[in-house]
Amino acid sequence: MKNKLFEKYFVFSPYFWLVLFFFIPLAIIFKISISVSEWGMPPYQDIFLFDNGFKINTTFENYVYIFSDYYYIGSFVNSLILALISTFFCLLIGFPLAFYIATSNIRLRNILLVLVVIPFWSSFLLRVYAWKIILQNNGILNVILLNLGIISEPLQLLYNQYAVIMGIVYTYLPLMILPLYGYLNKFDLNLIEASKDLGLNRIKTFFKVILPLSVPGIVAGSLLVFIPVVGEFIIPEMLGGSDRLYYGKILWEEFFVNRNWPGASALAFSGIIILVLPIVIFQLLYSRWSQKNEI
Amino acid sequence: MKSSLIKSTVIFLGLFFLYFPILVLIFYSFNENKRVMVWKGFSLRWYNELFNNEQIIEAFIISIKIAALSATFATILGVMIGYSLVRIKKIPFKSFYIFLSSTPLVLPELILGLSMLLFFISLNNIIGFPSSRGQLTIFISHVTFCIAFVAIIIQARLTDFNKNIEEAAMDLGYNYTKVLYKITLPIILPSIIAGWLLAFTISLDDLVVASFTTGPGANTLPIVVFSKVRLGLSPEVNALSAILMFALIIIGLFYFYFNKKFKH
Repeated sequence: MKNKLFEKYFVFSPYFWLVLFFFIPLAIIFKISISVSEWGMPPYQDIFLFDNGFKINTTFENYVYIFSDYYYIGSFVNSLILALISTFFCLLIGFPLAFYIATSNIRLRNILLVLVVIPFWSSFLLRVYAWKIILQNNGILNVILLNLGIISEPLQLLYNQYAVIMGIVYTYLPLMILPLYGYLNKFDLNLIEASKDLGLNRIKTFFKVILPLSVPGIVAGSLLVFIPVVGEFIIPEMLGGSDRLYYGKILWEEFFVNRNWPGASALAFSGIIILVLPIVIFQLLYSRWSQKNEI
Repeated sequence: MKSSLIKSTVIFLGLFFLYFPILVLIFYSFNENKRVMVWKGFSLRWYNELFNNEQIIEAFIISIKIAALSATFATILGVMIGYSLVRIKKIPFKSFYIFLSSTPLVLPELILGLSMLLFFISLNNIIGFPSSRGQLTIFISHVTFCIAFVAIIIQARLTDFNKNIEEAAMDLGYNYTKVLYKITLPIILPSIIAGWLLAFTISLDDLVVASFTTGPGANTLPIVVFSKVRLGLSPEVNALSAILMFALIIIGLFYFYFNKKFKH
């Protein structure tokens, strides 16, 4: 009898916390996103009006406003492209690294793995700031290129979309390597030898044996990079310029600069629907599919 | 022979890429010059100025306080979730429970921050609390999004270890609570510590959610640092970086120690 009470306590304490501080706030975003905006504090009207009998006062005006303006749609598109490109480069750098770590001997393997992940533990903000120093006009990269005679005057490396991609690939790389390593570590290295013995060359071995076996790791790592990058705010703010506007920045300004609460809420809720929901559904379907096929 | 050369080159370049920026940051923190990029000579000047900068010191203390408290709360609640998901069969609306405990992991911080802020404002309009935002509201937000990280660590650990040990203890006459305290808790303790360390670091490092939920008198360290380096460089932040990176890497090593302990 006593353990029943105990179990209830265990289940319901976090349940209560998360409903109150996570679910209700999400519901409030939705509520404000369908409210009529007005000047005042708070800058929106209530959705239930009681003054002249009961009336529901909602609108989809905020969503129409967002999806009829290229300024907002463009930011969604830019963020998705940014996330795609960054994920691709993380994979390009992360895959060989994860592969070679996984094929090292076991003592070296653990040391290398810790070395790869440790930078991820140091402050995110400061790692982005480090790139600001490196990419300055008189920064270390320009100085090296100048001294090597490759360029004759400093390049403007900072405050553009390439700097943003650089910063993202750098900060998110460990998130790609970790799951890749997890899967590569599991598979039998003899398979590579076997495929070589059977006459496949290196390139064929890679495409026919190594790559298919690492698909789950590639998917897991790509999701870990893709999802947070879509909503990334700090890196474009620190390293980016005005050449590209991203979702995070637009949302931030809609709330803090334009003080358009319903607009910002509609942006946030659209973000959940457009950017997050498809990924979550994909993840669910994919995990079911891979369980069925026993990958 | 040739392939091992490629292998060492790839690993070396990869590690160089990961550590080069950190080393650059530490290197420049010893620069005497106020203009960060122009090297003038080795000096500890900016470390000295850092320790005399009241704004940064105060922000540091606030951040540590919030991080320690929210990590503790998040660990308690996260352990409860991890335990419930693995060991307790009857959870009402279980898929909703799973949704609540895993969505904070994939939701952009910005949306989380905005929703928390609007929630606190609405709550204040209804019940008059919290009348102003500050350390308490940052604490609540940090607990909320750290719970999920702790929960998955605990869940993984509990799924890993053999349930028979618990059942054997039960057969030998231990009651439910005694099994929990004498068997389950000691076995998952390293994971609990690892979860706490992870939550602590996430809270300490968070800028976005804290920016939304902060208020007067609650400028956390990332908020202060961000305001200093958003538009330019700051020699004091360089000095701070070197110290902070060092401290956080040590925490990271502890995390690996505790999280790995259960694997062997």
